[in-house]
Amino acid sequence: MTKTTIPVHLDVNGHRHTLQLEPRVTLLDALRDRLGLTGTKKGCDHGQCGACTVHVDGERVLACLTLAAQAEGRTVTTIEGLAREGELHPVQAAFLEQDAFQCGYCTPGQIMSAVACIREGHAGSDEEIREYMAGNLCRCGAYPHIVAAVRQAALEVQS
Amino acid sequence: MTLELSLNQQPAHLRQGSSIGQPLTRRDGFLKVTGAARYAADNHPPGMLYAVLAVSGIARGRVASLDVEAAKAHGGVVEVMTPQNRPPLATDPDAKNNPFMFRLDLLQNDRIRYPNQTIAVVIAETLEAATEGAALLSPRYEAQPARVGLDGAESFVPGGVGIGSPAVHHKGDVEAGLESAATRIEATYETSAQYHNAMEPHAIVAAWDGDSLSIDTPSQGLAMAQGRIAGLFGIAPQNIHIRSPFLGGGFGSKGMISGPQVLGILAARLVGCPVKLVLRREQMYGPAGHRAPTRQTLRMGMDREGRLTAIDHHAKTASSTFDDFFEPAADASHTLYASPAIATSHEAVRLDTGTPLFMRAPGEATGSIALESAIDEAAGACGMDPLEFRLRNYAEVEPMTGKPFSSKALRECYTLASERFGWQRRPLQPRQMPDKDGFLTGWGMGTATFPAIMFQAEARAVLRADGSGLMETGAQDMGQGAWTAFAQIAADGLGLDIDQVDFRAGSSDLPNAGIAGGSGHTATAGMAIHNAGAAVIARLADLATGHEASPLFGAGNEGVLARGGRLYRRDDENRSESYGEILARAGLAEIDGRGTGTPDPASREAYAMHAHGAVFAEVKVDPDFGQIRVTRLVGAFAAGRVINPRLVRSQYYGGMIWGVSFALHEEAVTDRRSGRIQNANLAEYHVPVNADVPSVEALLVHEDDPYVNALGIKGVGEIGITGTAGAVANAVWHATGVRPRRFPIRIEDLLG
Repeated sequence: MTKTTIPVHLDVNGHRHTLQLEPRVTLLDALRDRLGLTGTKKGCDHGQCGACTVHVDGERVLACLTLAAQAEGRTVTTIEGLAREGELHPVQAAFLEQDAFQCGYCTPGQIMSAVACIREGHAGSDEEIREYMAGNLCRCGAYPHIVAAVRQAALEVQS
Repeated sequence: MTLELSLNQQPAHLRQGSSIGQPLTRRDGFLKVTGAARYAADNHPPGMLYAVLAVSGIARGRVASLDVEAAKAHGGVVEVMTPQNRPPLATDPDAKNNPFMFRLDLLQNDRIRYPNQTIAVVIAETLEAATEGAALLSPRYEAQPARVGLDGAESFVPGGVGIGSPAVHHKGDVEAGLESAATRIEATYETSAQYHNAMEPHAIVAAWDGDSLSIDTPSQGLAMAQGRIAGLFGIAPQNIHIRSPFLGGGFGSKGMISGPQVLGILAARLVGCPVKLVLRREQMYGPAGHRAPTRQTLRMGMDREGRLTAIDHHAKTASSTFDDFFEPAADASHTLYASPAIATSHEAVRLDTGTPLFMRAPGEATGSIALESAIDEAAGACGMDPLEFRLRNYAEVEPMTGKPFSSKALRECYTLASERFGWQRRPLQPRQMPDKDGFLTGWGMGTATFPAIMFQAEARAVLRADGSGLMETGAQDMGQGAWTAFAQIAADGLGLDIDQVDFRAGSSDLPNAGIAGGSGHTATAGMAIHNAGAAVIARLADLATGHEASPLFGAGNEGVLARGGRLYRRDDENRSESYGEILARAGLAEIDGRGTGTPDPASREAYAMHAHGAVFAEVKVDPDFGQIRVTRLVGAFAAGRVINPRLVRSQYYGGMIWGVSFALHEEAVTDRRSGRIQNANLAEYHVPVNADVPSVEALLVHEDDPYVNALGIKGVGEIGITGTAGAVANAVWHATGVRPRRFPIRIEDLLG
């Protein structure tokens, strides 16, 4: 097979990029390998762990199950795009304060999911947070602190 | 590049004198919540190529053919590494001269000895091309029948279990103890094979420069990894620089260099440019270790007062056909319950699997769930409350050795956790607590324990004329909080505010910090840091007390205190001098000192050293469908001195959640026909998700231990699993009246 590439235009964290990509390149690999945005992590590459969660047009998606070409012309936000001018997003600050991570590998995905979870209105109770954060695995077992962080951030974001 | 962390974004950064004991947030936390923490696979040196493994689809046999031409014809593929062209090694990968190394599969031949063994490595310009190239190899095999399961081969008594523990131990006469007992129980429990499944798959970025090697790879033991790689390639260890500032979880699986990591280095050698190799998730189920399955039989005898007269604990386990790691499950019965007679023994089979390895609480976790289940059965046989039974058999000295404990606040753990949980309201009989929704509620408990292990570590401390300090040790942070806890110990050791201390770790060019494992890293590297601090302060004190111009002149080494960047006369704290003033007068830009952390042989000989805890669990079981939910967990732990309670609580939570997982979720299922693992992925190999985890509480019980080491540190990383797994199992019995005898507990076992 000869390599064929297509132009893909991505708006990532407010920066426009034009990439020449093979159609089979995932959004995750495009972010990590082509754009150097390595904050988004690969844990399974099968949509099973949530470590690669990013926002496309404001909604959480699994970047490993999304072809880069599917994000053509759309707005992508990654963990690197969450803090504004060095000021942590309330979810990031809450994760830090509540010790809502240990090894940190699932953390970018957890935080991107948490931001969306709050925005979706699914952070109303601990039970609801647990359910709507259940797509992001944390092998270290930081879940109780993740729930606490989402609860804290939800109050701050909503107030 | 070594990492120096900025401290200026700390939401919780309290200072009340000593840094040790403060609940500081993580010093690396800002990097982790912004995506800036750089894990091995995040590195991308110029000219780097991507390597992807092709792995075996059979468990035993040989590779008959590979379509290398098809792979090479795929656009972007640069090279295919097979036994035919793999660069030479200086050492046989099957040679082994200490227990802390794997025998490795490095394409030394066409033999296959477990599923997911590497059979080729495809190197390409892009990850996509390498992945497709690996698929195009279309291997053909000559397969032999796979040896699967604990009955799949002839058993034998291994030469040792764990790291060098004898396979058989006994004290007293167990058969006589059972004979004389008023009540006896006998039960067999099975535990499943488990895989570490750190969120970060094993990864390596390797670059050669002549005979020098630069590596980014996660490692729980940098110096050991450096030595292993040096031996394999016949180069000096100092020619190898390994960076491992962050591990995306380890749990034991990154304790020893695995085959795929070395294959990444070989691939870089073959193509002459930097190579990145990251295991696919399913490829983690083979060459990177696992927790072996066990089948454990416990026999216990009790007298009329419910005192144990005998404990017999036998465990059968499995290793690979070519290497030795035997899960020391029965050894769990050595330390917890007093009995005049105790016997523990192991047997094993060799199966066509990758070699098992330490997995968070190796032996302790498997042994604990069986022991705590059996203790629950024994209490039931005696008609006693499980807590009362445990207190009746409380060990005042270590049962197997008769040694006194260096410290043991287990009684306090039982009291604190049981009161918090409300245990005294528990009915003795099962199936007595249906809730308003018709679910069966059950309460169970387990005792937690883990040995206070120390290894060997070194550290280097520096004091600078500007009043700041530096501490260096090649420590490894896999999430336990090494970046933070060690900086806290360093600050106290140097007599400085933590903001004045640079801490370097996570790199093999720093002093050897030993192993991040065995729950012993904080104690071991912490003591090295403490001693390095003391050494450099002693040098500073010499400079001050020996100089006439110093207000400390004549005070002598013993007569000064280091605090807040100043030395004070112990007998007159109005006389003091800053570090900067002392160094400036001596005309020195900086001074340094070194320290080691090492177990004290005399106190280790005299005392048994263990952390302890008590865990109480509530479960709810659907009476119609058998679905089990853990709804509440309360643990109390006594593990010596706590360096940072915020981080320690996180470790306990993590361990307790692993306990839930052990009891209810984790199981690698092997296809008996092919020997392959059927659920080698994160959807079908179940680990707890957020919705599986209930309210968890971990209570910290104060414990001073003057013998374990000068800082009084035991270790907290693994103890949480022990106790918890059994507590959940016992709660399931209490809810349903069905005694779980295999783990994870299956719904069908409850419906039977």
